Amino acid sequence: MSTLSQNPLAGPALRAAPVPSQETAVRTGRVTRVFIYLVLLLFALFYLLPFFIMLINSVKPLGEITGGNMMALPREWTVEPWMAAWSTAQIGVQPTGLRPYFINSILMVVPAVAISTLLGALNGYILTKWRFRGDTILFGLMLFACFIPFQIVLIPMARTLGILGLAGTTWGLVLVHVVYGLGFTTLYFRNYYAAFPTELVRAAQIDGAGFFRIFWRIMLPVSGPIAVVSIIWQFTNIWNDFLFGASFAAGSGAPVTVALNNLVNSSTGVREYNVHFAGAILAALPTLLVYIVAGRYFVRGLMAGSVKG
Amino acid sequence: MAVATVRPGVDWRTRLQDVLPKLVLSPSLALILFFVYGFILYTVFLSFTNSRMLPSHDWVGLANYRTLWGLSHWHTALANLAIFASLYIVICTAIGLMLAIFLDQKIRGEGVLRPIYLYPMALSFIVTGTAWKWFLDPGIGLENTMRLWGWETFTFGWIKDRDMAIYTIVIAAVWQTSGFVMAMFLAGLRGIDNEILKAAQIDGASTWNLYRRIVIPLLRPAFLSAFVILSHLAIKSYDLVIALTGGGPGRATELPATFMYSYTFTRNQMGVGASSAVIMLMTIAAIMVPYLYAELRERDR
Repeated sequence: MSTLSQNPLAGPALRAAPVPSQETAVRTGRVTRVFIYLVLLLFALFYLLPFFIMLINSVKPLGEITGGNMMALPREWTVEPWMAAWSTAQIGVQPTGLRPYFINSILMVVPAVAISTLLGALNGYILTKWRFRGDTILFGLMLFACFIPFQIVLIPMARTLGILGLAGTTWGLVLVHVVYGLGFTTLYFRNYYAAFPTELVRAAQIDGAGFFRIFWRIMLPVSGPIAVVSIIWQFTNIWNDFLFGASFAAGSGAPVTVALNNLVNSSTGVREYNVHFAGAILAALPTLLVYIVAGRYFVRGLMAGSVKG
Repeated sequence: MAVATVRPGVDWRTRLQDVLPKLVLSPSLALILFFVYGFILYTVFLSFTNSRMLPSHDWVGLANYRTLWGLSHWHTALANLAIFASLYIVICTAIGLMLAIFLDQKIRGEGVLRPIYLYPMALSFIVTGTAWKWFLDPGIGLENTMRLWGWETFTFGWIKDRDMAIYTIVIAAVWQTSGFVMAMFLAGLRGIDNEILKAAQIDGASTWNLYRRIVIPLLRPAFLSAFVILSHLAIKSYDLVIALTGGGPGRATELPATFMYSYTFTRNQMGVGASSAVIMLMTIAAIMVPYLYAELRERDR
């Protein structure tokens, strides 16, 4: 079942084009081709439509939404909903907008991504270049940790964070995301370093280079692509997390996804749909930007996450 | 295998180099052992106690499991999961496979289409839920739009309908992940040796037979990966339900993940909540453990 060997996205092929397009041997007739294009375009529409509708309705005054057609372009363009979502909308009991929660998310995601990626790199280096008895079992234990339903750790985690004095804090969430992201980052670096010639490491060892020197001088300089994959994967996952944020930091320390859900689902009085949409797009913006800038790597991360071992 | 082995009489520096790898690995290992496996054991333990609002250590045996399986609420959650997971997996796989095969026909603009199919995967389920909740709302969404466009009798109120609401979760979840499944199949297709296909065509195989008899069987690993990933996503689904329907109307879209949360944290029945979490873990383990075991053994050889 070695999907890895035939998966161009894993391992050393990371340096090549994202999905190498090759000559397809299959020939298709003209009618079939028209049909294929039609289906492909329809699906493109299906994927784009919800986001497009959110976008155009986020720049409409509320009256145009409740009394009008969601597909229609705004008659009167306004940035008011965006301003409101960012800085004045009611989140819970405070009219703060999403801004403070957006900042919480940044403060959470940066250290969590940095720490889990660095640890993953070290683990991957050890599990491939300093192998010892039972290392595969240890890796298996780390890997299974990626796939547990997090409901199984919610209760003890809530208690532990309370005991550590980290309940409701951004640092508490950093800890949680580092722990449950370690399996994935280790997986990425392990698969990547497995393809790196061990002879080079041994040669450096004979020349007197130690454990850390080899890591800094030999492994890290070639780790660029996989580091990007790991960073993007962790960034997307942690930014988009809702369960941990809602469970452990529901108050003023909440990440932006939790704040967005509060904005959308618990607003009393008039439902300001345009503000909801602007808020949703704001919350999605960082991961979307990363996707637009480095989408190729994002896809590789997804693939590597699905193709284990 | 580690080259450096401990020899008697070597200086401390060499010995340090020997233990250093294990030393550096140990914090990660300690974190995983404590926060994953220790926590799992603790939750399993709690599922055998009469914990309510706070964890208690009074042993009650299987009482929580008996309560759990006697709750119609839990049966609703399981039935919903069965409907949701099977439709979600089948539809995502079908759409993903079809789009991948179509995109593999030397399509002009593939570079534009591929990212469009995939971008929903970069969004949070909360964002997806917000968008679809409104799109599916009969009052202002699709139904209203169709009526304004002149189709006066068009009706699409699934999200407010107890019997149909679970299908709206399927729609939104398929929207979010089917592009990802497409990428998995596309990678599989691009990994197939073209010589095999050419040989088959020279032998006179039709396109349909080529795919049915040769290509799709060769994609077996991609099918397996897709199944494993999708089923584990389905069992863990929580955010999307919260954002799209909040589990309602009534309990119509309650899933095990939302059940566990509400019993543990809002209904103060922590013991029952813990036992539902244990059952979720066992279900996922039944799928993941054989898969990971096979993959790791493959790699070790």
